[in-house]
Amino acid sequence: MEKNNLSATGSTMKPDYVIGEHPDLPPPSNTIGPIAWIRDNLLSSPANIVMTILSIFFLYKILPPSLDWMFFDAAFVGEDRNACRAVADGACWAFISERFKLFTYGFYPIENRWRVDLSFVLLVIAVIPILFDKTPFRKYGLWFAMVFPFIAGWLLVGGFGLDPVPTEKFGGFMLTLVVGITGIAFSLPLGILLALGRQSNLPIIKVFCVSFIEFIRGVPLITLLFVASTMLSYFLPPGTNFDLLLRVLIMVTLFSAGYMAEVIRGGLQAIPKGQFEASDAMGLKYWPSMRLIVLPQALKISIPGIVNTFIGLYKDTTLVIIIGLLDPLGIGRASLSDTKWTGLSNEVYLFVALFFFVSCFAMSRYSLYLENKLQTEHRR
Amino acid sequence: MSETTLSQPQRNIVSRLWNDKETRSIIIQIIAFAAIFALFFYMVRNAVINLEAIGKDISFDFLWQPASYDISQSLVEYTSRSSHFTAMIVGIINTLLIAVFGILLSTVLGFLLGVLRLSKNWVTNKLAYVYIEYTRNVPVLLHILLIHGLIVHALPLPKNAINVSDAAFLTNRGFFLPSPEIQPLFWFVLALFVMGIIFSIWFRSYAKRVQDETGKYYPVFWISLSAIMGFPLIMYFLLGSPIDWQIPELKGFNYKGGMVIRPEFIALWIALSCYTAAFIGEIVRSGITAVSWGQTEAASALGVSRGRTLSLVVIPQALRIIIPPLTSQYLNITKNSSLAIAIGYMDIVATIGGISLNQTGREMECMTIVLLLYLTFSLLISAFMNWYNKRIKLTER
Repeated sequence: MEKNNLSATGSTMKPDYVIGEHPDLPPPSNTIGPIAWIRDNLLSSPANIVMTILSIFFLYKILPPSLDWMFFDAAFVGEDRNACRAVADGACWAFISERFKLFTYGFYPIENRWRVDLSFVLLVIAVIPILFDKTPFRKYGLWFAMVFPFIAGWLLVGGFGLDPVPTEKFGGFMLTLVVGITGIAFSLPLGILLALGRQSNLPIIKVFCVSFIEFIRGVPLITLLFVASTMLSYFLPPGTNFDLLLRVLIMVTLFSAGYMAEVIRGGLQAIPKGQFEASDAMGLKYWPSMRLIVLPQALKISIPGIVNTFIGLYKDTTLVIIIGLLDPLGIGRASLSDTKWTGLSNEVYLFVALFFFVSCFAMSRYSLYLENKLQTEHRR
Repeated sequence: MSETTLSQPQRNIVSRLWNDKETRSIIIQIIAFAAIFALFFYMVRNAVINLEAIGKDISFDFLWQPASYDISQSLVEYTSRSSHFTAMIVGIINTLLIAVFGILLSTVLGFLLGVLRLSKNWVTNKLAYVYIEYTRNVPVLLHILLIHGLIVHALPLPKNAINVSDAAFLTNRGFFLPSPEIQPLFWFVLALFVMGIIFSIWFRSYAKRVQDETGKYYPVFWISLSAIMGFPLIMYFLLGSPIDWQIPELKGFNYKGGMVIRPEFIALWIALSCYTAAFIGEIVRSGITAVSWGQTEAASALGVSRGRTLSLVVIPQALRIIIPPLTSQYLNITKNSSLAIAIGYMDIVATIGGISLNQTGREMECMTIVLLLYLTFSLLISAFMNWYNKRIKLTER
């Protein structure tokens, strides 16, 4: 501005360059576009060039054989292993497609499998309003989600007008979902209670919560499942016959509640003391102040940890094969002993791995979305 | 005081006690204690009745009876005539072995992954990302079974073993490696090695003192390395390599002599390390990115070289963030080693909590021992890491 005035008053000549009348020139061609991108990201220094060459060599070694094995040289239909081998040298996916129903439902009676399907549809209906707050009729959806576990339990186990199905028949992905979702649904509230107990002013409650959490976190889940399958019946009144699946559910829930409690404790400790004092000053009692002031903030901070615990629990459901329940891995290993399909363990493991990868990756993506949504601070 | 109580209608004693904060907390605690105690008492009573009904007692005498089962991998002397107690010791050693080796390999791989994830190179970065996401989102049991399957199915039988320069043989029954036979002269090399370690500890504090007083800087790392590794190596070759290597030979259907690493151990070791490395990689990455960029800029403004910036400014600060989650990963690897039972590696759960339990039928005793052992390991590891964490913690006001 100053300069313009000067030049205007200093000389009577019209300036050759009138500001604002020329379009912006494009940036130099060597700073944009794919070539600049390649130069910046792949070839910026000698070390970088070496890394690029090594990585591409690695990909060249790994990718084509894997793709061949999985898709281009794989058999998708066939009677048995030999039929697969006759067609192609790679994977034999015919095995998976023949056993797909078994992988999904386990040994659930065929005439009752609509109940599993219906529970799954209801599960989707119950989960959507929890996950996304723009769902229409969200309030009713949440009420439905509260009663869903009981409806699903009734549908799956039977009784009250439906044919009862013993829980030994549960298996496959359905078993994974039953154990995983029950664990997720019950370990969060239990974990919150334990975390609050650990922060409590009441010494006896505190000691109890601390020792419970430390015990759970100090031993592997497998040993707890062994306790559930071998030892627990001794501690129950004589003659009680306790369902094995129910014992497993209880143990898995308690186990992840211990980890959940520590995650939430981290969140609670990150809340400034002023928040507690402010809610005291407002005259809120313990539970209202926790529910309205402290927990919303603490849970928001601990979302990544909570979802990680969920993912850990969901993955740990595979351990039930060690005490004899047939989750997808168990079904797969049992199927491998069929002489028709022997030796196809890689196919089974990769198929099950794909299932777990899809579900766990979806969970971790959702946690990122939730973190972004609840972010209220300024971005740096 | 007396006026208000008189003017208000007399409230009953329960609500008065309940509305007093101190008394209420005592009441709640008494109720909680009574409930926990009652539950505990009830369970113990049930256990006593149940055990009596089937005529069992609680006794640890079975530990000294012969175990009469075989264990494929054992660092202490063990035969099927040894006692259950010896079997338990073998199990403990095997668990510790897998935990220690797993912790070492997963730390190395994890730091490597963390650095690759921070790399500016797009391809390397994305490769590390894909590896980490795949590994973290698939259950560890699946990794163990997959790698075990690969080793057992993909590696050849002993008769056409993969031959590594006529010394080591890779087969699906294990990796056969030459075993060292130590000659007396070797103790000189070892003595030099120990002296090297003592010298470097002294030299480190000396170099620090000199640097504090005069600002003069010694290359501590290279001098220590040559003291610990260099001189003993030179000595080793001067003395004419005083270790005889016993090379495994194919006899009948299997290799004899040398040492053997079982496929179960290798599968478990690789699977646990690769799985945990993915988590450690993310921990390392977030720890390093959490150190503010201004620290690096400040160091280069002071004229500190890039390598020294990393080792003196960035890494010490990043370690403070990395250590606590790293501890829980070390604990996880120790606890996950219990999955050994799925592929038949004989750790604590497979020996005393598995075969011994099934043979003697003493569920209570065996499970108590197993739980106590794992609790001890966990407490020891977290005590050590807490001590280390406290040592490197930022000293504030």
